[in-house]
Amino acid sequence: MLLYLIRRILYAIPIALAVGLVCFMLVQIAPGDPINAIVPADAPQEVVEQVRRDYGLDKPLPVQFGIWLSRVVQGDLGRSLATGRPVTADLVSAIGNTLMLALAAAGIGFVMGSILGTIAAVFRGSWLDKLAVGFAAAGVSIPHYWLGMVMVVLFSVTLNWLPAMGAGPGGSGSWAWDWEHIKYLVLPAVTLSVIPMGIITRTVRGVVMELLNQDFVTTLRGKGLRRGGIALHVVKNAAPSVLAVMGLQLGYLMGGSILVETVFSWPGTGFLLNSAIFQRDLPVLQGTILVLAIFFVALNLAVDLIQTALDPRIRRA
Amino acid sequence: MNLSRRALLGATGLATLPSGLIISEAQAQTAERVLRYGISMADIPLTAGQPDRGAGAYQFTGYTIYDPLVAWEMDVADRPGKLVPGLATSWEADPADRKRWTLKLREGVKFHDGSALDADAVIWNFEKVMNNQAPHFDQRQAAQVRPRLPSLASWKKLDAMTVELTTKAVDSLFPYQLLWFLVSSPAQYEKLGRSWDRFASEPSGTGPFRLARLVPRERAELVKNTAYWNPDRMPKVDRVVLVCAPDAVTRSNALLSGQVDLIETPALDMVPQLKAAGNRVVENVTPHVWNYHLSMLEGSPWRDLRLRQAANLAINRDDIVALLGGLAKPATGVVDPASPWFGNPSFKVRYDPDEARKLVQAAGFSPRNPMKTRFLIATGGSGQMLSMPMNEFIQQAWKEIGIEVEFQPVELEVLYTAWRNGAAHESMRGITANNVAYVTSDPLYALVRFFHSNQVAPVGVNWSHARDAETDKLIDQAVQSFDVAEQDRLMARVHERVVDQALLVFVVHDTNPHVLGRNVRNYTQAQHWFQDLTTLA
Repeated sequence: MLLYLIRRILYAIPIALAVGLVCFMLVQIAPGDPINAIVPADAPQEVVEQVRRDYGLDKPLPVQFGIWLSRVVQGDLGRSLATGRPVTADLVSAIGNTLMLALAAAGIGFVMGSILGTIAAVFRGSWLDKLAVGFAAAGVSIPHYWLGMVMVVLFSVTLNWLPAMGAGPGGSGSWAWDWEHIKYLVLPAVTLSVIPMGIITRTVRGVVMELLNQDFVTTLRGKGLRRGGIALHVVKNAAPSVLAVMGLQLGYLMGGSILVETVFSWPGTGFLLNSAIFQRDLPVLQGTILVLAIFFVALNLAVDLIQTALDPRIRRA
Repeated sequence: MNLSRRALLGATGLATLPSGLIISEAQAQTAERVLRYGISMADIPLTAGQPDRGAGAYQFTGYTIYDPLVAWEMDVADRPGKLVPGLATSWEADPADRKRWTLKLREGVKFHDGSALDADAVIWNFEKVMNNQAPHFDQRQAAQVRPRLPSLASWKKLDAMTVELTTKAVDSLFPYQLLWFLVSSPAQYEKLGRSWDRFASEPSGTGPFRLARLVPRERAELVKNTAYWNPDRMPKVDRVVLVCAPDAVTRSNALLSGQVDLIETPALDMVPQLKAAGNRVVENVTPHVWNYHLSMLEGSPWRDLRLRQAANLAINRDDIVALLGGLAKPATGVVDPASPWFGNPSFKVRYDPDEARKLVQAAGFSPRNPMKTRFLIATGGSGQMLSMPMNEFIQQAWKEIGIEVEFQPVELEVLYTAWRNGAAHESMRGITANNVAYVTSDPLYALVRFFHSNQVAPVGVNWSHARDAETDKLIDQAVQSFDVAEQDRLMARVHERVVDQALLVFVVHDTNPHVLGRNVRNYTQAQHWFQDLTTLA
């Protein structure tokens, strides 16, 4: 197991390098000039060239990539071209905000999805099943930025129950776990939860339905186990497959939703990436994508380990 | 045991009407008047001295925390402002050598940290952005302001309260460049361990507001500087909270739900709803023009004056203004007729499709045999308004008179790069116009940079490679003239030539709409991108 863990961690290194390189090249290939993030649009050529030299953007691409990489291995993601702030500081704050939003959305989506999926499987073919499947289909089909706007119109503008944007009355810098702050989280978290909720509902429904037809369930019934006892066995058997899907979903949520974070002005990684993309802010783009990729890899590893712990039949060697 | 004031008053029988009045008065004296402003930027502009994010950012972290040496009159809405004394009480070019400018500094001005403004501080600020060998040189601020000071050659202290600035050539318009140069505190920089990062969090300028709190990418809280030197610009509110809300719908919803008190640039289709909720829309003439800048290079169809004029005459600007929810003004030149540089062009920019059709026919084209060309346009972005719908509307109008334009839409950042490269750049092959919307706030920005032959791209942003000896002569005369009225007269003649030659297709001017909530009692919107938040009440 330990060898497996070490090997997986070592695998993450080339993945991180490849992500960094691909991201670097994509931004270079894309039309536009990173210098636009620094100087006013109408800056004279002479000033533009001077600033390009000042920031090292005149160096050959392999050299620029090498400089960036050598800093990254020392834990320095560089400075934003647009703001001049250290990327790490902005990223830490953004990841914290996205993590909060992602966990809240995952909590809602996973719990609701599991409940709806189980109900649908147990009452297969009934109106409850159809309702749950309908919810799941709507969850994955409705554009969540549109849903976000509708919820703002309903709950913020019309009913004035919840705030329309932001991450707390004083911004995310002064977050506290009280209702005054949590209410800022409700609308973006619910909006973001609908896709994982739909996917988890469908997954749980499929897995539980399959398990309910297995011989061991018939045996359990034959042995006189009640519905609760059978459910316990089914859930335990369903957990590895459902966990794998949940892990992936949490990874997607952690990547931040550019659209939902923009609609709610939620200062997470999606909001950060959105601004960096439009400004061609190369260090922010590279740093953010690299960290998110590593996070994704780590999350998958964690899911694999949890799956093994839950089901010893799954061997990792 | 803690007792509230109300409980104490109640217990002692003082919570009666007269006492209630006393409480209200006391509360009124202590209550802080706060306004929350939803701004369209994704981040708070740089707070260390020279704001980034363009002219529109100066109202947020420029003219609030800092002052310029030469300022713009921002408290008038019914006419264009003018240059007024800022931290310099006077600025004069030496009659013996017009390249040397003497600036007398204002006595008794203190930075927020309590240190005094003097010539040393001003020279330190020039070194900060112009001399990359200076120990306190700040690359980030330099990148913002160096492009705004193209004429500046050198700077020196003459005495404790006088500085001398020298320009590269005689340039009477140089004081306009100083509007962009803001002065920050050397003492605060020293106190914070010579760190611009720390300075950005705890800045010190001489402006009417102090920065009380900064949450990057989210908000900045500005509090009234009660020791401000200029009583005319003393803030009417105690605190202004700038809240980043880059999405127009989000911003408008935030105002509707009472989360902010005013916003800039509402979502156009939400304006009726905002008005119906009791909010007030404020707009004014703004130095901006949404236009097409036509290539004048050999081979461009736009070298034919008839086609340039026809392109201008075919556009129904009133319909475009309606498309923009009424929040724009038809453009009849680079600047608005209210500008002192408008003049009296003989070619009247208007909607006259019949005349446009005749001109196109005279040039040898018709709807059946259209002139075909390609433009580089922005998909959207700051200043570009409703880019795609406007472009498509105009494309249709031109098609009807025999001009068939194919658009190549790109992101605004890409368009900026192409714009700086100029029409002759190899990437512009087949492109005969670009669609960057222009800031036109002073003679340099409105006219000189686009139409003088010494500004041909990539040196400047004369994208089209327009070369006109008479225009050059008039601009050269204007920059040599130190009589403001004469400068204005000459720039008006330049503008007349530009309009008469239809060097651009003029479409609309932005009116920079703001929506004020019911609790905002006053806001004076100047005819400029620079605005004064001290007028908020």
